[in-house]
Amino acid sequence: MSADTPLVKEPDAQAGPAATAGELIRFDRVTKRFGDHTVLDRLDFSVDAGKHVTLIGPSGSGKTTILRLLMTLAEPDEGTITVAGQQLFPAGEKQIREIRKNIGMVFQQFNLFPNMKVLRNITEAPVTVLGLSKDEAEQRARELLDLVGLSDHLDKYPGQLSGGQQQRVAIARALAMRPQVLLLDEVTSALDPELVAGVLDVLRDIARTTDITMLCVTHEMNFARDISDEVLMFDSGRVIEAGSPEKIFSTPEHTRTREFLSAVL
Amino acid sequence: MTSGLWHLVLSGVWTTLQLLVLGALLATAVSFIVGMARTHRLWIVRFAAGVYTEVFRGTSTLIMIFWVFFVLPLAFGWQLVPMWAGTLALGLTYGAYGAEIVRGALNSVDPAQCEGGIALGFTPWQRMRKILLPQAVPEMIPSFCNLLVELLKGTALVSVMGMGDLAFSGNLVRLALQESAEIYAYILLIYFVIAFLLTRMMRLLEHRLKARAGKTPRPHVLVPEPVGGGLS
Amino acid sequence: MTWDWGAVRDFMPHFWDGLLVTLQALALGSLISFALGLVWALLMQTPGLPHARTNSRGWYPLVRWPVGIVTEFIRDTPLLVQLFFLFYVLPEWGLTFSALTTGVVAIGLHYSTYTMQVYRAGIEAVPTGQWEAATALSLPPTRTWTAVILPQAIRRVVPALGNYVIAILKDTPVLMAITVLDMLGEARLFSQQHFQFTEPLTVIGVAFVLISYPASLLLRALERRLVR
Repeated sequence: MSADTPLVKEPDAQAGPAATAGELIRFDRVTKRFGDHTVLDRLDFSVDAGKHVTLIGPSGSGKTTILRLLMTLAEPDEGTITVAGQQLFPAGEKQIREIRKNIGMVFQQFNLFPNMKVLRNITEAPVTVLGLSKDEAEQRARELLDLVGLSDHLDKYPGQLSGGQQQRVAIARALAMRPQVLLLDEVTSALDPELVAGVLDVLRDIARTTDITMLCVTHEMNFARDISDEVLMFDSGRVIEAGSPEKIFSTPEHTRTREFLSAVL
Repeated sequence: MTSGLWHLVLSGVWTTLQLLVLGALLATAVSFIVGMARTHRLWIVRFAAGVYTEVFRGTSTLIMIFWVFFVLPLAFGWQLVPMWAGTLALGLTYGAYGAEIVRGALNSVDPAQCEGGIALGFTPWQRMRKILLPQAVPEMIPSFCNLLVELLKGTALVSVMGMGDLAFSGNLVRLALQESAEIYAYILLIYFVIAFLLTRMMRLLEHRLKARAGKTPRPHVLVPEPVGGGLS
Repeated sequence: MTWDWGAVRDFMPHFWDGLLVTLQALALGSLISFALGLVWALLMQTPGLPHARTNSRGWYPLVRWPVGIVTEFIRDTPLLVQLFFLFYVLPEWGLTFSALTTGVVAIGLHYSTYTMQVYRAGIEAVPTGQWEAATALSLPPTRTWTAVILPQAIRRVVPALGNYVIAILKDTPVLMAITVLDMLGEARLFSQQHFQFTEPLTVIGVAFVLISYPASLLLRALERRLVR
């Protein structure tokens, strides 16, 4: 891959045989329990390639769990999850690793590696996982740092950056793997209010200029309205309402949706 | 192994257990006296207790044992029977480690508890006895449990002085049989069994004390303090 | 009580010899315990994510169990007897080492069962998010350990490992029991030859305090700098 290829690879290139027209992610009757608590209750939904989907809903409604299942950080108790036609559970270690390469995740708590400088945080995985040369990876990292507006900070340790800057580095780190899917798990929740805008601007930029598939859990409703193609309203482990942002935010049908929106807006 | 040799080993076990119990008693007394002294309001008392712990923790147990066996009789004319000399050396050194445990636990009691005592007009000693110690003692048990196992291991050191403890009896049997692997394996196993029983007993004690202090015992991972380590 | 400065003067050359041996045993014993302790700690860990299920997990209890039992056994039994075991048994098995080598191995082995717990605490203190980030980036398990987890874990445990260096220092005198001429060995030899016990024993006792107390102060300073 040369430096001037687009930041995000074409979604259809890697799609498996079973992928129907554009469908990239599919949850089929997925149930996840923690002890007696059912977080996801026979959940069905799918996401088409290149779409930006936002998950909203009260805390504890299972939104984050969906992202964690997709990232294989947790296992469903029942049901199947397919990404680009490949089933995630059960799957061999090798297969899981292949699927993971196509998925990037940005965490609420950034989870940058504190022992590595910013540049190395970004280049580590492209070099060791994708087999890029150090120069290629650094070139890519510099472009991405440019994109998130942190070109001057590549020689710093994460601990020397503000929360907002760390989160932008984490976004660049996820994008450096050129995933098909980007998972955003409440990426602004741990930030001081004045730092939120910078991070959201970067994400708006990415949503506008790339065709990466985004799956986003957020409490920032304006942001959700701006970037989303589809908004899913969650409650008690199920999708209770889905639709375009205009529909969900302007004319919500479900009472729970109306209650939730009036509480957060 | 003949029964005579087993008898030797058993008498070694008995000596080791005696040393363990006596050493533990002395060490406990030293721990509490010195540990409480380190929280005393007079600086001179705190200082003296601090010097004691640093000196005894700073030096090696085995050197202490040599000192008690060889220097004490010459310097002060105290010729102690070996059992008391061993007890003294072990009790004083391990007491210094125990003092740090006591001090740490006393310091970790919520200061508000102490202020409550002051408000009720308790004397310092009453506060210590009625408020601080009952809350601090259960917290000390896991550390004391580790220290007790360290003390058990420390008792083997007196065999260097020719005391007939378990380690020493192992050496005698080795000389008698001209064979080492088996006897030392047995000796190590016996130490292990004693240590195992000690830890179980201490865990039981902890549950009892915590129940009485109105706390639920929490599961803990024991990371032993380095006995001999310079820090608490 | 008489104090003979002449005896101190006569003992000092032997003291320096003994100090050198003690420091050798300390340095080598510490290194072995650090390396071996890390091996034990890694064998006790499941690979990859603490909560991740991988298909290759089945054989792990087969490693954890024996390692756990053997290390607890070594930790709960006296170093002195282990020393005797190695010193007398190894030659019977056809392995002959110098007394100092045997002693260094025994100390390293004994203390590795302590340092392993230090490492384990350090590894467990690395936030789960670090594991998750490594998974999200598809880093393979070996890379996750060497590039992400261990560098963070070891940084945290340096002061605690330092404590064990001091602990090892104070246990080196037991080497005397297998004829090593460390500080205490030299002091005992001198005492027996000159019938003067007070001076050499007091000199080495003071020497231990003079080494270990400043060392512990140094560690405390280091701890404040590293653990922030």
